[in-house]
Amino acid sequence: MSGRAASAQVLIAGNPNCGKSTLFNALSGGSAHVGNYPGVTVDRTTARVQLSAQDIELVDVPGMYSLTAGSPEEQLAINALLEGNTRAVICVVDATTLERGLYLALQLIESGVPVVVALNMMDAAERLGFRVDTERLSQLFGAPVIPVVATKRSGLDALRAALERQLGPAGGEHALDVSYPLTLEANVDDLIPAIAQWRPATPRRQLRVFALWCLLSLGDDSLRDVPEAVRKAVDDVRAAASAEGRDLDLEIISARYAWIDAALTEACSVQAAPPPLSERIDRVLTHPIVGLLAFAVVMLGIFEALFAGAEPLIGAIERLTALMQAQAQVLLPAGVLQDLVVEGIIAGVGNVVVFAPQILMLFLFIGFLEDSGYLARVAFVIDRVMKGVGLHGKAFVPLLSGFACAVPAVMATRTIERRRDRLVTMLALPLMSCSARLPVYILVVGTVFAGQSFGWFSAGAIALFSMYTLSVLVTLAAAAVIRRTVLPGPAPTFVLEMPPYRWPSARILWINAWRRLRIFLVDAGTIILAMTILLWALLSFPKSAGVTEHYAVERERVEQMALSDAEKAETLQSLDAQEASEQLANSLGGRFGHAIEPALRPIGFDWQIGVGIIGAFAAREVFISTLGVVFGIGEADEQNKPLREALRDARHADGTPVMTPLSGISLMVFFLLACQCMSTIAVVRRESGSWKWPVFLFSYMTVLAYVASLAVYQGGRLLGYG
Amino acid sequence: MKRSLADLPPGQHAEIVSIDCERRLSRRLMEMGLLPGTRVRVVRVAPLGDPIELRVRNYSLSVRRAEAAKIAVNPEGTV
Repeated sequence: MSGRAASAQVLIAGNPNCGKSTLFNALSGGSAHVGNYPGVTVDRTTARVQLSAQDIELVDVPGMYSLTAGSPEEQLAINALLEGNTRAVICVVDATTLERGLYLALQLIESGVPVVVALNMMDAAERLGFRVDTERLSQLFGAPVIPVVATKRSGLDALRAALERQLGPAGGEHALDVSYPLTLEANVDDLIPAIAQWRPATPRRQLRVFALWCLLSLGDDSLRDVPEAVRKAVDDVRAAASAEGRDLDLEIISARYAWIDAALTEACSVQAAPPPLSERIDRVLTHPIVGLLAFAVVMLGIFEALFAGAEPLIGAIERLTALMQAQAQVLLPAGVLQDLVVEGIIAGVGNVVVFAPQILMLFLFIGFLEDSGYLARVAFVIDRVMKGVGLHGKAFVPLLSGFACAVPAVMATRTIERRRDRLVTMLALPLMSCSARLPVYILVVGTVFAGQSFGWFSAGAIALFSMYTLSVLVTLAAAAVIRRTVLPGPAPTFVLEMPPYRWPSARILWINAWRRLRIFLVDAGTIILAMTILLWALLSFPKSAGVTEHYAVERERVEQMALSDAEKAETLQSLDAQEASEQLANSLGGRFGHAIEPALRPIGFDWQIGVGIIGAFAAREVFISTLGVVFGIGEADEQNKPLREALRDARHADGTPVMTPLSGISLMVFFLLACQCMSTIAVVRRESGSWKWPVFLFSYMTVLAYVASLAVYQGGRLLGYG
Repeated sequence: MKRSLADLPPGQHAEIVSIDCERRLSRRLMEMGLLPGTRVRVVRVAPLGDPIELRVRNYSLSVRRAEAAKIAVNPEGTV
């Protein structure tokens, strides 16, 4: 856009559920760019929008009810407002809940920034019998109020025109004056000197607004960068007021609502209307019996989508990865480069892309639940259960998704509003027994419990049932403990708006799910790819020249033996597998497995299982193929008979078998509890915004897994098993 | 007679008298429009007994019983 001035930044703000994202997408044509606000894990979605005379950069601010901030996340909006290059704000107000939406608009207009109020969902409001005189409302608020229906893209031209006027020289000229009580005005005057020092060269009008903001926000906040002098001044004023029996929060907020109520009496009328459709739907969906049934069906639907629905796509991606690996093996000469491409790069990209189907499915599903309004009902129905362990009702869907895969589940925690609640959920849910653990259970059960049964049930069924039960109990216990120790703080309050039911737009659902997937592929994907290559190197180097030479000689010998071609091929294949096994034993990873064997013995494992556990860090199911290599079997899956036999035949140095029912249980418990998944680490890094939390997650789960396995194995031995 | 929102049966209208809880929460509720003098109605109780759903200023809000117990109300139709 040469020749045009640098584009002005325009924020788009509004209450949660007011249709802000829909309007954002309607204005931007879906061409948004998602970044990250520095320091906090809130997506910063921006888009370039062309107006008739200029381009603007439209920034989607997280949904909020007011500018009051208690946490760094909530501070984003106010920071963005204070940024010098914010030229105007579009405040989206749901016309069906005018008063609450206008409370935010009032604060924005009060701050002196040019505002355009987009009165969204006017059609729904009219059906409910609301009549709004937008012209009168514009006069009263000193800002253009434009009726729009974002889903139908109506009113957008008028909105753009009003925005352009507000961006011009006359923008923000009018301001509104709430009449606050005189005593409060005096308190504000007391604060001005401290605030003027913090924000020099700010007009007095803004200083006043900022003083009000400090009075409401400071005191019980965790905000950064607030000068001590301002905190002290605010504390003094609040203390003096409360000594007089005054509640400053109440004074400020009631004065604003009184102003809004007065304005609406003038500009809005209500006619009798039928009870909203939502009310009738809710009579069914939150009914004590039918509601719980509906809830169970919807949750089963999510489950079905994640397990069965995503399965063919996951299979296709895995087949495609294998195909590309085979192709690379043909195209590239055998050697380190081929190995790097096949087992490092292609496997790594495969490890990333394989999550795509589940992430897309889960986010399409959650998007549907959220945009339709049912997600709030899910929280409403299940909160009673969740609050017992200190979790928010909205943590239920992410936890449940953890049964399928922790990666999309961790991403799903972003529906939880408060960062602390989100972190607790994110740190506990990797303990849910995900689908990648299942092959490990099946291998172990098939190895140590084959054909056994207790009473009516097979030993395998009992073992699997125990693992899943244990996983749920441990997850909830971990959440309760983390909430009380690592992330102490007030229990999550549950003040949740129950938005009216609306039919979600397929386009918006797709845009949002796609955006989430792209973030995963780029941010978490690079970490996963790097870790895959690192693991490959660990398990491949150093190569022992002696071993290579020995097997070259052996191969030569086989070639010259008087055998049929088929027999030769078979012998050569088993030589390959043996060589791979010896090279693995010699690699850094193999040596590391040996080195940690003394630590593994007390929980019933040997070095070979240790190498498997290291390999499993790429993904839990890799445990099995790594074991296949360790035991010199070659390609193996959990149903593989030779692998089961090799495991059964494995002996400790003293001749006792490695795999007993007891060490098998110990191994399953270890896999259930350990954070054997670098993708989870990568996605927690992305969603928590720092390495601190994934490191904590990995450490606590590893310690927990070790201690639990130790207790199982040693306890079992004391009782005479194994 | 002083009663709290948590005591009201579904369907009951009332007027808020005061909100007396932790500042973070009271400020949040007030900013969402629950102020002394505001009319509310208890819509329903969740299937498991908690939380409860309120109707206030033309929208629905759910709060836990423990929180609703801190909102003093004056039920309509009583003196």
